[in-house]
Amino acid sequence: MKKVKIYVTLRESVLDPQGSAVMGSLHKMGYGQVEDVRIGKYLELMIADGEKDVDALVNEMCHRLLTNTVIEDYRFEIEEAVSQ
Amino acid sequence: MKFAVIVFPGSNCDLDMYHAIKDELGEEAEYVWHDSTDLSNYDGILLPGGFSYGDYLRCGAIAQTSAIMTEVKKAAEAGKPVLGVCNGFQILTEAGLLPGVLLRNKNLKFMCHTVGLKVENTNTLFTNQYTAGQEIRIPIAHGEGNYYCDDETYEKLKANDQIVFTYEDDFNGSRNNIAGIINEQGNVLGMMPHPERAVSDLIGGSDGLGLFRSIIKQWRESHVTHA
Repeated sequence: MKKVKIYVTLRESVLDPQGSAVMGSLHKMGYGQVEDVRIGKYLELMIADGEKDVDALVNEMCHRLLTNTVIEDYRFEIEEAVSQ
Repeated sequence: MKFAVIVFPGSNCDLDMYHAIKDELGEEAEYVWHDSTDLSNYDGILLPGGFSYGDYLRCGAIAQTSAIMTEVKKAAEAGKPVLGVCNGFQILTEAGLLPGVLLRNKNLKFMCHTVGLKVENTNTLFTNQYTAGQEIRIPIAHGEGNYYCDDETYEKLKANDQIVFTYEDDFNGSRNNIAGIINEQGNVLGMMPHPERAVSDLIGGSDGLGLFRSIIKQWRESHVTHA
């Protein structure tokens, strides 16, 4: 069993209106040091051991469903996990 | 002409689409559930608006994996007219049938009102009943209608005349005010405004009729010639 942690972020070229709104609020609260806010997604997958390489499997799933590579970048970490 | 109105869990403009085709245009329409695996009996495919799968993950992302989408792709390849409105447009981009993607509106608000559109390309099977540069009024209702694509894709869209409708005003942040685009082959149209909600003056306007009449006219002509 593997635990996969996937971090999905908006590409730099894509405007992030949510991030801009949050930054505006942080500035109003006095956190003037904040220069940029980008909001992303975090996904956690539990994957049973099988024939296919987990790394290849996660990349495939990211391309086919989990992310939209037109606007998003992703990276992931694979950890050993004990099935419950 | 017989249309399929594709219904996903969470579609909510399917009835409007059906009504437009059946009652206002007098053509045939049937609802087709998302897990169907055959669209061979239909001459045109309509993907209605709504919130398929609650917009989970990204709007249109989960609907794109439905069984029916394999059939929609086949129909598109066969040259049948495929129209995606609002969530239907989002699904078509997620499915890779149209380039780009729809992002959150730049002001983060769900917007619901009638807008002015410019018909940029009348040389398509969806717009042959409009005149070049014609201004039409069609309702919008979306929170994620901010069309985005990279520079390379935009140049390609422009060079191939794939930009079909643009907004008169920038209210959602769409690249160059893009409201609707077609694929390179010219038989798949995605647009955020709702032409099916503009088919009767009784309910505020009929500027959307031209779009459906264009599809029907083109279909009739090609099928009479081949008969």
